[in-house]
Order: sequence, then structure tokens, then C-alpha cells
Amino acid sequence: MGSLAGIGMGLAVIGAGIGIGNIGAKAMEAIARQPEAVGDIRANMILTAALVEGAALIAIVMAFLVG
Amino acid sequence: MKLSRIFFALVFGLLLAFTNTANAGGGNEGEGVDVEGIAFHHIADANVYNWNPWITMPLPCFLYNKDTGKWSTFLSSKFHFVGHHGDGSEIVKGYVLNAGSVMKIKNPTPEMMEGHMSIAGDHGHDSHDGHAHHLFSTELKTVDGKEKEVSYFEKDGQKFYLEDKTAWDFGVFGGEFTSFYDFSITKNVFSMFLVCLFMILVFLRITKMYKTNEGKAPSGVQGFFEPMIVFIQDEVAKPFLGKKWKQFLPFLLTIFFFILGLNLFGQVPFLGGSNVSGSLSVTLVLAVAAFLVVNISGNAHYWGHIVWMPGVPAWLKIAILTPVEIIGVFIKPITLMLRLFANITAGHMVMIIFVSLIFIARDAAGDGIAWLTSVGSIALTMFMMAIELLVAFIQAFVFTILTAAYLNASTEESHDHDHSDSHEHAAAH
Repeated sequence: MGSLAGIGMGLAVIGAGIGIGNIGAKAMEAIARQPEAVGDIRANMILTAALVEGAALIAIVMAFLVG
Repeated sequence: MKLSRIFFALVFGLLLAFTNTANAGGGNEGEGVDVEGIAFHHIADANVYNWNPWITMPLPCFLYNKDTGKWSTFLSSKFHFVGHHGDGSEIVKGYVLNAGSVMKIKNPTPEMMEGHMSIAGDHGHDSHDGHAHHLFSTELKTVDGKEKEVSYFEKDGQKFYLEDKTAWDFGVFGGEFTSFYDFSITKNVFSMFLVCLFMILVFLRITKMYKTNEGKAPSGVQGFFEPMIVFIQDEVAKPFLGKKWKQFLPFLLTIFFFILGLNLFGQVPFLGGSNVSGSLSVTLVLAVAAFLVVNISGNAHYWGHIVWMPGVPAWLKIAILTPVEIIGVFIKPITLMLRLFANITAGHMVMIIFVSLIFIARDAAGDGIAWLTSVGSIALTMFMMAIELLVAFIQAFVFTILTAAYLNASTEESHDHDHSDSHEHAAAH
């Protein structure tokens, strides 16, 4: 029972990891292209990463509850 | 050079203290340390406050028994603390103190309800070689077809079971719900009061300084906080809220500094590591506050787009859009609540588990390996503490900026509907 929940959490984290990794990569790229916009880009990066993280958190909590 | 030596002496001294602690606790069932138990105990709220490892501070308990309708008010020191696990050796009016939290006895005798008696009985504490954790035990029991772990203690040959703590769902989805209300000033509440008091003092002083220091460069505590206040104003309030930024800035600043203060207070070592912003009840209230502010200040344009999205066929609205949008109204605060809770709780847990690595190594491979592990474990813990410092700021910022983003969506003035991207824009929120 516990291991199933663990697998579910792991899957959720893979998705969120890919998503947040992409966000970070693109943000770095954008900052390199336009260093003067670093403030705006950073704030938006954190905001978007938080939204992705939200989806992963719901999955993790569901895994806790169902598993 | 000298300073670093003193530092290492201090660290190893503390380690020794911890080793003794773990020895006392780890001998429990003749096997290794119960890391899971330690981790969950570490993040849990409690009715005692351990300013570790030296001081145990009693806290006031306000308990209301739903069955008898009686209030019980006393200091938690009345449970008579034994050991360092926050167990109490006394029964007070049908309540006991198990691992720091007040629990009710399911099947108390009338004498237990009346006053105040010792769990171990008259024959003293020597029956269980003096160890506090032997007061309470757990066993697996089948309740409603499900196996559950229940706590109990034995007195005069009889088993007395304890009620489970209230679950996250307050009993709505079949979780536990205690038969008493606990209005106590717990460890979390006490820490919150401390942080609030500190914040009030600091911010009153800053306000005063803005009056006396007008036109001059900020100094002292004002200079420390001004960058953060200006940051929230310029990076969060103004870009997201446009003309209305002044109306919502106090709310955003309050949320930001409240969360930040609690996050940082939980990080201070040896202050009990109270996990206030990692407690679901606290983040629930914060999320509800955000939910109310967002939806009460929501204008007709916002509600119109939720209930009856313009420019979309009616069947699509009824079948998909309206239900999804209405669920979205509630999902937003739920994710706010979970995000803060999960991030802070995970931080606290990772920290205690890295420290526990030492004792896991000791159980697996003996003392020598444990000393070696401690070097890596301390390094990892310090690294995590640095990360958690960052997380404390990021999570406070994320909560604030997301609230601002939701406020932006709910207070935005209606665009001209001919404008091609206005629907896309509204749908994105």
C-alpha cells in the first residue's frame, strides 16, 4: 500500500521535474538573450514554477490519501 | 582558526548530547531508531514547548469535552512531564499527554474523569525501568474492516485506549475527529504569538521612523525592511494590480511578512523548530483569507467569465467551461494552502532525516561508521538549511504573487470584446 503511494508520488515528481526544468532552462536562455529583463523574467519564472508545482502537489496529496 | 575550533567542539558536544538522547529513545523495542516516528513527531504540533535540549516549557490547555459539556483549564505541566518525548505520567480529568499532545482516554474509569492520578499507579515508576516511552504503547487493531494503529496504556492490568488525533479532513471523509475540542495555546500558537508580537513591534517602529525620518535616507531597522516592502510594492502590487495597487498593498504585505516571519522562525535551531507555516490549519486560514479577498473584490467581468463565458457556444459552456471555471475558483486557494504546507513541512522533515542518518548508520554498522557519517550528515544538513532559507523567502513571495495574480484576474476591468486576445487572456486565468 505504501509503496504504491510512493510510485504515484515519484511519477508526479517526474512530471513536475521536467516542467520546472524546462521553465528554468528557458528562463536562463531568456536572461542570456536579454540580461536587462532579468527582474521580470525571474518573477515570472517563479510564478510559473509555482503553478507547475501546484499540480504536482495535488497529485502527491492524492497519492497520500488513496494509497 | 580558534573560532573554528570552538565551533567544532560545540558541534561535537551537541552531537554527544544527541547521541545520549537517541540511546535513551532508541532502546525502545530493542531495535533501531524509529526515524519515521521521530520525523512525524518533529513536524507535529504539541502541548509542550521544548526549547531543546534543555528546557521544557508548559503551555496552557483549554479543553472542551463535547459529551459532558465541561471545560478543563490547566497548565500542561500538570501532566507531570517525564523524559524528553513530551509524555506525561499523570491522568488529568480523563486526558493524558502522549508524545507532546493531549489525548482523551476512550474508556476512562470514573476516578480518571474526576481528578488527577498517576498512570503508573502507587507502585511507582520502577516497574518499567524508569523509561518514559514505556508509558504508552501502540497495537494494531481492526476497526470497521481496516487495520489501524491505536495507542493505549496499561493500568492495574487493564488496557486504556486513547482517541486518535483529528485527521486532516476533520472527519468529513471518514477520518478521525476527537470527542473533545482542543483550544489550547499549543506550541504552534505560542510561536505564532511570538512572531506576531515581534512583527507588530518592528512595523510600528518602522511606521514611526517613516514619520520622523521623512525625506531622509532610511536607517536602522527601517533600512533593513524597506527593500522588501518596496520589492512587494514594485514587483508584485504595481505590475499585477495596476491602478488598484494601493488598495491591496496592505493585504499583500501582511501575507508576505506573516509567512516570511513564521518560515524563518521555524528555521532557528534549538527554538523547538515549530512548524507553524507547515501546519495545514494555518495555511488553510491564509488560503481562505486570500479566497475571500479575491472573490469579494471580484467584479462583474470576473463572475461573468466564470459563469457564462462570452463568445462560446452554450452547450460548451454548460458541459465544460462553467463547471471547470467554478472548480477552478476553489482549486486556486487549495493549491495555495497545499504548496506552502508541503514545502515547509518537507523542509523540516528533510532536516531531521539528515540528522537521523547518523543513527541509522549506527544501527546498521556501529559507532565508528556513525561518527564518519556525522561529518557528511552535518554538511548535508547545513546545505539544506541554506536552501531552506531561500525557500522561506521564495514561498512567502510565491504565496503573495499568486494572490496578486488571482486578484488581478478578479478585479480586471472588462476589455473591449472585439479585442482578439481578450478571451484567451481571461481563459488563461
